[in-house]
Amino acid sequence: MNNRLYGNLIFELSREGRRGCSLPKNRFGHHDIPQKLCRKHDAALPECDEPTVVRHYTNLSSNNFGVDNGFYPLGSCTMKYNPKLNEELSRLPQFQHLHPQQPAATVAGAQAVCTLLKRSLCALTGMDAFTLKPYAGAHGELTGLMTIRAWHKANGDEGRRTKVIVPDSAHGTNPASAAVCGYDIIEVKSTAEGLVDFAHLQTIIDEHGKEIAAMMMTNPNTLGLFERRIPEIAELVHGCGALMYYDGANLNPMLGVCRPGDMGFDVMHINLHKTFSTPHGGGGPGSGPVGVKARLKDCLPQHVSPYQGNFAVLMRAYAYILSLGREHIKKVGPLATLNANYVKEQLKDVYELPIDGWCMHEFVFDGLKDKSSGVTTMDVAKRLLDYGYHAPTIYFPLLFHEAMMIEPTENESKETLDAFIGVMRRIAGEANAEPETVKTAPHLTPIGRVDDVQAAKHPVLTYQQLLLNETN
Amino acid sequence: MAKVIEGLYYSESHEYVRVDGDYGYIGITDYAQQALGNVVYVDMPEVDDDVTAGEEFGAVESVKAASDLNAPVSGTVVEVNDALEDQPELLNQDAYENWIIKVELSDKAELESLMDAGAYEAFCNKS
Amino acid sequence: MMYKYFPHTADDLQSMLKAVGADSLDALYSDIPADVRFRGDYDLPSEMSELEVRQLFEQLGRQNRQLVCFAGDGVYDHYTPAVIPDLLARSEFLTSYTPYQAEVSQGTLHYIFEYQSMMTALTGMDISNASMYDGTTAAAEAMMMAVNAGKKQSKVLVSATVDPKVVAAMQTYADGLGITIEMIDEHDGATSLTDFGRRLTAGGVAGVMVAQPNRYGIVEDYTGFADVAHSLKALFMMHCVAADLAVLKTPGEWGADIACGDGQSLGIPMQFGGPYVGFLCCTEKLLRKMPGRIVGMTSDNRGQRAFVLTLQAREQHIRRQKATSNICSNQSLMALFVTVYLSLMGRQGLKEAAMLGYDGAHYLCDQLLQTGHFSLAFDRPFFNEFCLVCDKDIDALQQYCAEAGYMAGVKTGDNMLMLAVTERRSKEETDRLVSLINEYMNTL
Repeated sequence: MNNRLYGNLIFELSREGRRGCSLPKNRFGHHDIPQKLCRKHDAALPECDEPTVVRHYTNLSSNNFGVDNGFYPLGSCTMKYNPKLNEELSRLPQFQHLHPQQPAATVAGAQAVCTLLKRSLCALTGMDAFTLKPYAGAHGELTGLMTIRAWHKANGDEGRRTKVIVPDSAHGTNPASAAVCGYDIIEVKSTAEGLVDFAHLQTIIDEHGKEIAAMMMTNPNTLGLFERRIPEIAELVHGCGALMYYDGANLNPMLGVCRPGDMGFDVMHINLHKTFSTPHGGGGPGSGPVGVKARLKDCLPQHVSPYQGNFAVLMRAYAYILSLGREHIKKVGPLATLNANYVKEQLKDVYELPIDGWCMHEFVFDGLKDKSSGVTTMDVAKRLLDYGYHAPTIYFPLLFHEAMMIEPTENESKETLDAFIGVMRRIAGEANAEPETVKTAPHLTPIGRVDDVQAAKHPVLTYQQLLLNETN
Repeated sequence: MAKVIEGLYYSESHEYVRVDGDYGYIGITDYAQQALGNVVYVDMPEVDDDVTAGEEFGAVESVKAASDLNAPVSGTVVEVNDALEDQPELLNQDAYENWIIKVELSDKAELESLMDAGAYEAFCNKS
Repeated sequence: MMYKYFPHTADDLQSMLKAVGADSLDALYSDIPADVRFRGDYDLPSEMSELEVRQLFEQLGRQNRQLVCFAGDGVYDHYTPAVIPDLLARSEFLTSYTPYQAEVSQGTLHYIFEYQSMMTALTGMDISNASMYDGTTAAAEAMMMAVNAGKKQSKVLVSATVDPKVVAAMQTYADGLGITIEMIDEHDGATSLTDFGRRLTAGGVAGVMVAQPNRYGIVEDYTGFADVAHSLKALFMMHCVAADLAVLKTPGEWGADIACGDGQSLGIPMQFGGPYVGFLCCTEKLLRKMPGRIVGMTSDNRGQRAFVLTLQAREQHIRRQKATSNICSNQSLMALFVTVYLSLMGRQGLKEAAMLGYDGAHYLCDQLLQTGHFSLAFDRPFFNEFCLVCDKDIDALQQYCAEAGYMAGVKTGDNMLMLAVTERRSKEETDRLVSLINEYMNTL
């Protein structure tokens, strides 16, 4: 990553009359177009030559940090390596230039990819059927909840079952998805050990049993801990006629270890861009396939997307599974878990570990052990950027005020982890010796900390607005 | 320590009512503004809108959180603090001075289910 | 034997296990109840070398057939300039995460700001978010915006001329939120203004959704629609094909409050269904109701211009169950795609490409009408897509053309054929399609 800021906007490089494309000549003849249906003025798009465009976006890319640049210890994001073979395969013309409504006989290969991927996902998760339609994890959650709602409706139970149980440590998408699906949330507390408080769950079920549609969980949970009592939890939830939903965000450590279908879950979603190595792309496109047990197969909603979801992403995931094969995919979980525990053990003397013991693929620190300097998790995260690392997930889960969630995937070498550990220890040292350096970090990145209050108070969201502000 | 003022009525969701005859000035408490951080936007109802005790009547946004405003009492909005449109940070400067809406109270008995200053202070200390 | 994605040597494993105090990798999972522990191998194929994976995909690829595409119906075969896959493959873009840490994500934030600027320019609106999954879910989000903005109104009217796939997505979301969708009648391929007015007057309407061009490719005249909607306190929303807005009167000019649609027509390959990119734009007034991510400009502590994710307080990870939407991500890389596309095509190029499609479609339509086997389904202006009535077996016709390597549009309704032409189609291809169709018709 280049530490010098490249700050131009493409509009600032635009000059009237320049063009960056070459189009075929019109040999169809000219046909009139009714003026009253046309826009008055051309769209205020830039006018640039091709080399300028290329240079501009190339320079922009150098102010970005990707997994290919360095270590991303982002908890719950599973920033694993994005295999380059998969990129090439997803762009094969025989797949890329297919219209989704082509006759079936002309797309048998593409359909086969979908079928084979579904079969693989079933094998890996213990589910019986999958839909590949959801475009992202949150979209998958919504799809899963709709499936649950359809199930209860088929049982004549829809009007009564209006609530979904969610652990208080859950990610914000869980309650948001439930709300969009029309459900109310009941939060179940976590114990001091960070697990679902079974007694509290029992109370909730006793009080609300017949109103519960489902319980949404991730396992391991957002603290990176395996919910040991999952068989009892599933039994309790099923016992009141509700279903178990598995949030697949933390599926990575389960590869080779456990299958959600065997743990009592009825519906789940997977994040292909997490567990199955498809690139994050700066925030998308991803894919969130939803798996169900056989009895729920007919409840899957048909219209969450018109075709097969993000097909080119599906291709990458399938290539990944084929590349690892059954021999290696079962090592993903254990190696990720080993990496996480290794980092945790070597830092727990300088960072506060609220819950000791072995974790799964990720763990949470609650800030520095020694907080006397006033250096916060935010400061540590920003200082890490100076050392060439991306920050971990910060201020989540909400259970811990100075939360720092670290997940090193199975692709990270011992040397990378040792170097990261070294830097984290160094920053802890800086917090004592020169806290101001940490509090005002980052210093070596293209930009420093931003004024996000100004951004929210006086939003400038387009170039047009910027110009307007400048003339005033 | 968050500031608490005598003579006001407080809700558990950190709104207050300052009663003035048949009217009530409603706003958020000092505790609330501290928790929110820099306020960047206040979503307010319009004059003549009705508010119902316990129901949402607007929202306060900061960079890190967005909180619904819950009406501590019921009534009809007679005035809205327009200054907050351009200067939402007034809520951080002085939450009690800068009320959000003024309502004509429809049921003064509702005040009895709110907390007084002492009870509210104790409530905040427990959180 | 070690695997190419796993760096751990036997030595590494030994010293790391020692450091964590475990005898074996298995010991790390000792907490897990035995009866849920998975043992053995998954029912998956054996590992494949890179060469073998490539061969498999190539073999699967041979079971597909690329057709010369004259179909649209929401997915268009436009040309992708070579610059784009090249830039998108840059790993700083491809392998980066969501730009929560602005200091190391100025690349991403910067292009999203440019994307937002370009989409507002294209749609004639004030604000755009950082993109949505696709056009169908963007319409669903627009519907939710209208209901959230309208106080307590939970009905949304949708024109019967909106793409049924878009309506299906809206209905899917509406069901869970207690929103009622009511369809507005169509008359001869266009939205009935009378029925529009009647249903609005009935009351309780938060918003109205229309399409431009509509599901038949027709460019509708929406004069008066926005005014009627506004007079009854409803929002006016338009679902559009992005590329066509280079030429067509914009949602902004029609008085829309929200504009949405798919950006696939901006050079994104068809990819058998995705990924595409949805866009969602609105007026200044609706800014705080906009779901998804938004990038704003600000300054950093060194006085430099900088970009940052803003207005996040609305987003699901903060508002949780009070969030107005559950969308977590955008289609970031696809937003980059269209940003580069629009930078290359520019003001003039986008218009020219659109007009090539327009002229191509009108040429094709004339040619087909001249064969005597078709009639125009609707006597209304169309852009680059049109419907013909055909009283012969459309499925068989399409199969005939497919066998010759051509996709002759999509079938819509019982006896309508809908065809689209883009700048990618040559006159030779177009003439070939006409002769194929003629051939087929003459065999009957």
